[in-house]
Amino acid sequence: MFLFFLSSGMFLGWSLGANDASNVFGTAVGSRMLRFRTAAILCCVFVILGSVISGAGATHTLGKLGAVNAVAGAFVVAFSAAMSVYLMTLARYPVSTSQAIVGAIIGWNLFSGSPTDSNALSKIIITWIVCPILSGIIAVISYKVVSVFILKRKIHMFRLDEMTRYGLVLMGAFGAFALGANNIANVVGVFLPVSPFGYIELFGDFCVSPAQQLFFLGSLAISVGVITYSKRVMDTVGSGIFKLSPVMALVAVWAHSVVLFLFASQRLEQLLLDLGLPTLPLVPVSSSQAIVGAVVGMGLLKGRHNIRWRTVGGIAGSWVTTPIFACLISFICLFILQNVFQQTVYLP
Amino acid sequence: MAFISIFKNRTGIESEIDSFLNLASESGLIFMQGIDAYLLNNLDSFSEHLSHIVETEKEADTLRRSIEDLLYRKTLIPESRGDVLELIERMDALLGRFKGVMFRIEIERPNINSQFHTGLKSLSNCVIEAVESATLSLRSYFKDISQASDHIHKVAFWETEADKASTSLQKAIFNNNELGLDLKMQLRDLVRSIDKIADHAEDLADTLAIYVIKRSL
Repeated sequence: MFLFFLSSGMFLGWSLGANDASNVFGTAVGSRMLRFRTAAILCCVFVILGSVISGAGATHTLGKLGAVNAVAGAFVVAFSAAMSVYLMTLARYPVSTSQAIVGAIIGWNLFSGSPTDSNALSKIIITWIVCPILSGIIAVISYKVVSVFILKRKIHMFRLDEMTRYGLVLMGAFGAFALGANNIANVVGVFLPVSPFGYIELFGDFCVSPAQQLFFLGSLAISVGVITYSKRVMDTVGSGIFKLSPVMALVAVWAHSVVLFLFASQRLEQLLLDLGLPTLPLVPVSSSQAIVGAVVGMGLLKGRHNIRWRTVGGIAGSWVTTPIFACLISFICLFILQNVFQQTVYLP
Repeated sequence: MAFISIFKNRTGIESEIDSFLNLASESGLIFMQGIDAYLLNNLDSFSEHLSHIVETEKEADTLRRSIEDLLYRKTLIPESRGDVLELIERMDALLGRFKGVMFRIEIERPNINSQFHTGLKSLSNCVIEAVESATLSLRSYFKDISQASDHIHKVAFWETEADKASTSLQKAIFNNNELGLDLKMQLRDLVRSIDKIADHAEDLADTLAIYVIKRSL
């Protein structure tokens, strides 16, 4: 039974890999600075490392809005999120896995009659609007600074190419590590309490915990998603919205990382509080929204006619439909699982 | 290992492009020396300069092929490599034109009256300055893009000067009643072929101006 329930987590992992790899390596592949194969291998290695090394500390969206208190219910939540992300991946749109999970949890809340924390929900929804705008602003400012730096330092064309390539590889590797660390809890976190794995000792004193084994399995699923299906969304992010130059590609990944940091750093929040400045809410934001915001921001800087607005409209539309889809799928599947398969999907 | 390989590729292609542009500059100077030698009727020296320019052109061709190979095999500067290749090929064609004019003189051995020597030297000088400015603009395109426009402007200036020198030389040729029409036409063609080098340098500069805008950050 465990393996059956775990399958939805694996499906979610696969969908996440297929969709979110584009956020860290899409611009590098789209600007032809990295080959897809190189990007995919780097992404897989660092996603696995991030999941196994830092995944244990990640507590993510699941449980924030409502505590899914039955394994069958958790299975449906993960499955609904995975299905909606998969559908958007088919349409080549970069969407947020967190958004999909939020939608699926609200579906569970509606079905089980549990209250939804409207305060947390409104906070999260506001960040869905603020995140791409902020990312776009940071990208534009960063790009201006980088442009002045390059002109002042008179960097040779080939040296600049080399520096940009290193930058994209480093940022991509770091982004993939963070992707694994932050999202692995979304993928397999709910299966931790029912995991049949035990501690494994390796090389004498090196011990692998059950959580790490589960995270490793989840990260493998993400890696399979990256290798088998991420190219489609990478193309949309890298060249579908606006044709990025390599420097722009690097700035886009940088802006996206800064935004994720701003919304996740407790130290920064404390610093702003100490200085008497307004703080940003510490909520999980979508890296897809951040990267798309950055790309659109730089496209606007270069003249808005350069942007393919039809693609941008499609992406923005997918951000609205993803949580709604996930909510509907979740509600319908919960109904079927409870009434047809006689499973307990929530505890009263 | 991949990082070391990127570093090696970068330093390799940088030095190859520098060497290629050095050869382009050199070929102009060799051309000028060759013309001077021919006008002084020093045919041995002229032949030496002709052999020198043939060698220079051959060396430039080898470098061009190597640059093309590195750019495409190692996928360097993916967004600009097509532009860079076109510019390198056009520059290589300029070298070929210097060689072509010298071969023309070697084959035809035209009898150039001393009254045209100053005009011919002046025309050659304008052409060489135009090519030198084109070389400098190409160097700036790689190293300091903000300077490229200044050199591009100078190419246009020297091309106009070359046109003026060419027109006045052709007028002088056809106003000379001592020369037969056959010699006049032979000299006119020689003058035109020298002037054409400056025209091609200007074409290169025009293309470069577009690529500079394209690459502007």
